[in-house]
Amino acid sequence: MGNDPSYTNQKFKVIGSRVKRPDGIDKVTGRAKYGADYNAPGQLVGLFLRSPHAHARIVKISTSRAEKLSGVKAIITCDDLPDLTNGDAAARDILENCMARGRALYDGHAVAAVAAVDAKTAKKALKLIKVTYEVLPHVTDVDEAIKPDAPVIHQDMYTNGVEPRPSKPSNLYNVAEFGHGDVEAGFAEADVIVEKSYKTEQTHQGYIEPHACVASVNSDGTGELWVTTQGHFTYRSVCATLLGMDIAKLKVTSSEIGGGFGGKTHVWIEPVALALSRKANRPVKAVMSREEVFRASGPTSSTSIDVKIGAKKDGTITAAFAALRYQGGAFRGAIPGMPWAMIGAMTSFACYNLANVKSVGYDVVVNRPKVAAYRAPSAPMVAFAVESTMDMVAKELGIEPLDFRIKNCAREGTRACYGPVYGPIGIGATLDAVKKHPHMRARLKKNQGRGMACGFWFNFGGQTCTDLNIAIDGTVTLTVGTIDVGGSRASLALIAAEELGIPYEQVRANIADTGSLGHNDTTEGSRGTFSSGMAAIFAARQAIEVLRQRAAIMWNIPVEDVAWEAGQARASKHHKLKPLSLAEIAAAAPTTGGPIAGHNESVPDNAGVSFASHICDVEVDPETGGTRVIRYTVVQDAGKAIHPTYVEGQMQGGAAQGIGWALNEEYIYGKDGRLQNPGFLDYRIPVCSDLPFIDTQILEIPNPNHPYGVRGVGETSIVPPLAAIGNAISNAVGVRMNHVPMSPPRILKALEGLDAS
Amino acid sequence: MAAVLVSTTINGDAVQYACPPDESLLDVLRNRLGLSGVKEGCSTGDCGACSVTLDGRLVCSCLVLGAEAQGREIATIEGMAQDGKLHPLQENFIEYAALQCGICTPGFLMAAKVLLERNPDPTETEIRYALAGNLCRCTGYDKIVHAVQASAKEMRKLNKKKSRKKARA
Repeated sequence: MGNDPSYTNQKFKVIGSRVKRPDGIDKVTGRAKYGADYNAPGQLVGLFLRSPHAHARIVKISTSRAEKLSGVKAIITCDDLPDLTNGDAAARDILENCMARGRALYDGHAVAAVAAVDAKTAKKALKLIKVTYEVLPHVTDVDEAIKPDAPVIHQDMYTNGVEPRPSKPSNLYNVAEFGHGDVEAGFAEADVIVEKSYKTEQTHQGYIEPHACVASVNSDGTGELWVTTQGHFTYRSVCATLLGMDIAKLKVTSSEIGGGFGGKTHVWIEPVALALSRKANRPVKAVMSREEVFRASGPTSSTSIDVKIGAKKDGTITAAFAALRYQGGAFRGAIPGMPWAMIGAMTSFACYNLANVKSVGYDVVVNRPKVAAYRAPSAPMVAFAVESTMDMVAKELGIEPLDFRIKNCAREGTRACYGPVYGPIGIGATLDAVKKHPHMRARLKKNQGRGMACGFWFNFGGQTCTDLNIAIDGTVTLTVGTIDVGGSRASLALIAAEELGIPYEQVRANIADTGSLGHNDTTEGSRGTFSSGMAAIFAARQAIEVLRQRAAIMWNIPVEDVAWEAGQARASKHHKLKPLSLAEIAAAAPTTGGPIAGHNESVPDNAGVSFASHICDVEVDPETGGTRVIRYTVVQDAGKAIHPTYVEGQMQGGAAQGIGWALNEEYIYGKDGRLQNPGFLDYRIPVCSDLPFIDTQILEIPNPNHPYGVRGVGETSIVPPLAAIGNAISNAVGVRMNHVPMSPPRILKALEGLDAS
Repeated sequence: MAAVLVSTTINGDAVQYACPPDESLLDVLRNRLGLSGVKEGCSTGDCGACSVTLDGRLVCSCLVLGAEAQGREIATIEGMAQDGKLHPLQENFIEYAALQCGICTPGFLMAAKVLLERNPDPTETEIRYALAGNLCRCTGYDKIVHAVQASAKEMRKLNKKKSRKKARA
């Protein structure tokens, strides 16, 4: 990659400083424009009709009465969205999820959509659409779905990854196995073996901003989409593919994003809004209600997981095994070739150095909404199972759980459970930091307990394209194509300023629309600051080359005699010339060759894996079963923290989501297969009074594959909390919880010695 | 249903609008008056993103009818900065990184402003309960509470200065 090998001992000027984010002022004054804050001239309101059934054949959709209603401009069913996916199964799943095709596969599945002059008319029209359903048997539970007598959702689904190919279709979509060594031999060597089964319920990313867009398609086949998204280039390709448009003729502009956490990496209403606009010949604004967000936009998987860990008396793990069953909703998974249980299996034992390890991921379809990525997708559930079992093994051995983890943790050179051999990694350092942390020595009272757990996430590089333009006054525009979900505009401007040797305030980072920059992959896998940061470095270095050439022209000396230092061009000593500032060179640009710019397109690999260890104190009320987190500490390796405050923000935000997942949040389905709690009142995410301050400690074990040592930091923090809290509850009141969320009724049952599930 | 003509005051300015009697104040503010700083997160009063004040009282504008604003005073996020000068809470939300995505920020700022007007020296617990009607999914609330604490301190200092000046005058 042409990286600076001196990355470990760099002295930074602006990197690591806690500057103000450029989008801050618009966000505190109400001027920032989000998905629903944009309006197009003559726009219509788009609304969706959704299935009330978990599984039903759509016998007939009659739209004639709705069409006659004054003010209705277009009605769409699947007939208006012909299948243009050309054998691409992932694209076809997206198409079918956007609009049901012959069958409704979950409660909330869109079956029709209306564009009308206002919301009232559109609502009226939805009521006039008559859908005749033939209700089919459904299944919403991951374990039930793979029983032999379960209703089969897709008659053409034959399990992948097993030999020989099954003779019958089933809801088991895929089986994937990872590991090395011989687990049977390993368990035979063990002095202690713990085996336990776990369940985790389905949770939602819970972004406060619902999905929203304004779509406008012209009669000449061009179009525009204003949308809240984590990946406007991806939305462009997907929408264009589904609608048969030329990719370059659809311009997608990303609004400010009101939270995504993975849920805005996939399209939901956008292709339909474009189709409505195309049919009505008017712009269409479509905004999901909160109920629709819950019923029909990506929650994460519910799971059922078995874990078995064996160890010797001295604390060495001899073998580890996990079987993971994850439901992906009614579809095959969002990332082609990487279904959710497979990802979970890969992460399962990634924190440990194991001679014998095996993880098997079973991907299952059920009658629930299509699962979407949610912050370190698939990792928190299996971490709950593995890290809970780790504590149980440690207790059986009479070893402190922390020391048991330190003894077995992965190091540089360890072969990961999912295959690769680790370079320099931070799991050991986070555990050592936990050991030294004052939190570990704080006193606990009655009914209080302390737990800890570890977490891993891969991180991702991905396609990246960035422009850096120097204005005539020497100020710099950094144009990136990755959405800012956590302060990356500030971090990327810091990086460009560092390379150019100028103050942060001289650089402005902007996010380009899809018409202004080459393709950028979605902001996912904690890639924003890592990948666009890398591209910003190389774009800045290219601009510096241009600046040196221009200075050489201005001085009329060979370019080899010009160096770039501290934001200035400096001529070799013997020329006896006063340095030229960036502003001076920029001012002369019109006469030295035109605008000065740098550019980079790349696919930065080796994002650098990320590890964290969390410590958590809880207090359990034995009368109500209610659990309160009273102290929480996150220790995480950031590689290099570009903007430490925003890194802390990622660590705290992920921990809070994990705490909600652990204690409260769950999708509750009735026997009828309908979601019973699609609102923030009954799906309760943590509020301010539920949480303590969340202490953070950033470690910096540099990633050798990044010029500054940066690793992705956004996701790992959601991985350990479920298990850290489960372990803390066990230490507080002596019950081992194996079902998430560990809500008051489940804890009460466990305390009463009843079945905790 | 015939539209209702409403005369009200928004951020200090006299405003007139007509709206159907069943339209929420949130829809009036966002769709009729262009005050899109007021956010919609749920429309059921659970998330607080649409928080405004009505005669100084904090309300979810999704739970108030536009028609109810007749003769009353509404304040929204758009009126919080005065003459281009940010309110200390706005300054500190940026300074303390109390926002990430920012969609909940207008609601939190309104709620925090009302809190500090009533209680200039709140404890951490009082802050947490006063803000419990506003959902944030990005921050874990840590930096929000710190920003409110810092603002309270700053505003107490400013008020002391002001009252000393008054006393001298």
